[in-house]
Amino acid sequence: MIPGSGYALAPAGPQAARLAQVFWGFFAVCVVVYVVVVALLLLGVLRPGAAPLDEAGRLRLVALGGVLTAVALVALLVISIRGGHELNPMRGAKDVLTVHVIGRQWWWELRYPGTAPDQQVVTANELHIPVGRPVLLELESRDVIHSFWVPELHGKRDLVPGHDSTTYLQADRPGVFRGQCAEFCGAQHAQMGILVIAEPESDFQAWLAAERRPAPPVSGLTPDAQRGRELFLRGTCVMCHRVAGTPAGATMGPDLTHLASRRTLAAGSLPNVHEHLRRWVTDAQTVKPGSHMPPTPLGTEDQHSLLAFLEALR
Amino acid sequence: MKMPVAAVALLAASALGSGCKHESRDLRPTEAVSKAGGGVVLSTLFAGGVPGAIAGTLQANQENAYAMNEGKRLFDAYNCSGCHAHGGGGIGPALMDAKWIYGSAPQNVYATIVEGRPNGMPSFRGKLPDFQVAQLVAYVRSMSGLAGGLWAPGRNDSMQVKPGENTVTMQSPVRAEGAPPP
Repeated sequence: MIPGSGYALAPAGPQAARLAQVFWGFFAVCVVVYVVVVALLLLGVLRPGAAPLDEAGRLRLVALGGVLTAVALVALLVISIRGGHELNPMRGAKDVLTVHVIGRQWWWELRYPGTAPDQQVVTANELHIPVGRPVLLELESRDVIHSFWVPELHGKRDLVPGHDSTTYLQADRPGVFRGQCAEFCGAQHAQMGILVIAEPESDFQAWLAAERRPAPPVSGLTPDAQRGRELFLRGTCVMCHRVAGTPAGATMGPDLTHLASRRTLAAGSLPNVHEHLRRWVTDAQTVKPGSHMPPTPLGTEDQHSLLAFLEALR
Repeated sequence: MKMPVAAVALLAASALGSGCKHESRDLRPTEAVSKAGGGVVLSTLFAGGVPGAIAGTLQANQENAYAMNEGKRLFDAYNCSGCHAHGGGGIGPALMDAKWIYGSAPQNVYATIVEGRPNGMPSFRGKLPDFQVAQLVAYVRSMSGLAGGLWAPGRNDSMQVKPGENTVTMQSPVRAEGAPPP
């Protein structure tokens, strides 16, 4: 099972906590209004014989109703404005981690800038962040409008082509949080998921260091995987995918340098296990029709070798 | 009096509706056309044009907007635009004019992509699934209006600096200067 509840009312960060407060504030006001209205309605239904009010009495009642409504609306307004104002308390925060998020049909590309080109980390569909440290996400879309939404951490933020935007988030506790594209973006919009993995700073740094390593050299592969590497480099895979440390350097599809260390395949659609990987590689259109991954018909032996190589990309 | 009129109108409308052809989108290409043409080729001469299962797809794509649109996407994705620009040419020849050095028929364009051509056009043999080559062929032909006006890829994402593929005047192929004799 793919982890992460995606439940907005179990906040794991300051913004989501603020949003949950706004929700509960609205909920409380609306409950009071509902109870009062239903009570008055019942009063009217159960006491049909009560004497009608005179002109002044009716006016007082209407005025009272008006004032109560105004109070309720002002309460909602205050909750809403305060919530909105405090939603982004991280502007000007220190020690911010910047991550570039690129929405593509139908997956997420993530780039962690480095001090030198070989220090940059490129990965897909799995956003690792350190706990307790503000993260600045620079959002960009390469095709259509997407929307970045991890309910446990923050509200939605649209990725509009040609109009880069930013958002901050922060995880206050370690965990795996599931996100989802929240703006209809085509055939596989529903299968455009992302996992946010919040971990302690030391684990995060270890992950970052591991991601900076290129793929294992040929000598570090089993004979089967070596054959798979040949198939990968000679065939159609290299037209779209990059594996650092090999001649494969295309950027149309997800970076596969550390494919085997990811938890999911096809943007959170499937758990990353052997059988799913086999289906995804050979017949992606049955798994995710319309996705830009073409089917790759391979004989059993070739499948086995190619998968051995892909699974060696830790 | 009104009922029969409405019924006739409804009937006529549904008759018209049945004439609409839903654009077919081949999201699950068969195994035969998903293979990337590969292996050792002894000759590029085949009896009867393009060999194998792709021949039918190649023809069908000439009348399929979805295939053209996929071709347009792949044209950028595989960096065809790196040399041919968006039809105007640069390092490679222009694709929106009337000159077709190696022929304008779908089979010719297919062979150009798969086999490559002298003076720079690389061979994509073994690198592209056949059905994607067929999509590229449909788009490349549409750039010079050879697809006719009935089918066209989607509009550009960026600013459109040339007429849309469905409005471009059909360029009748002429023999290019320096082209090999027919």
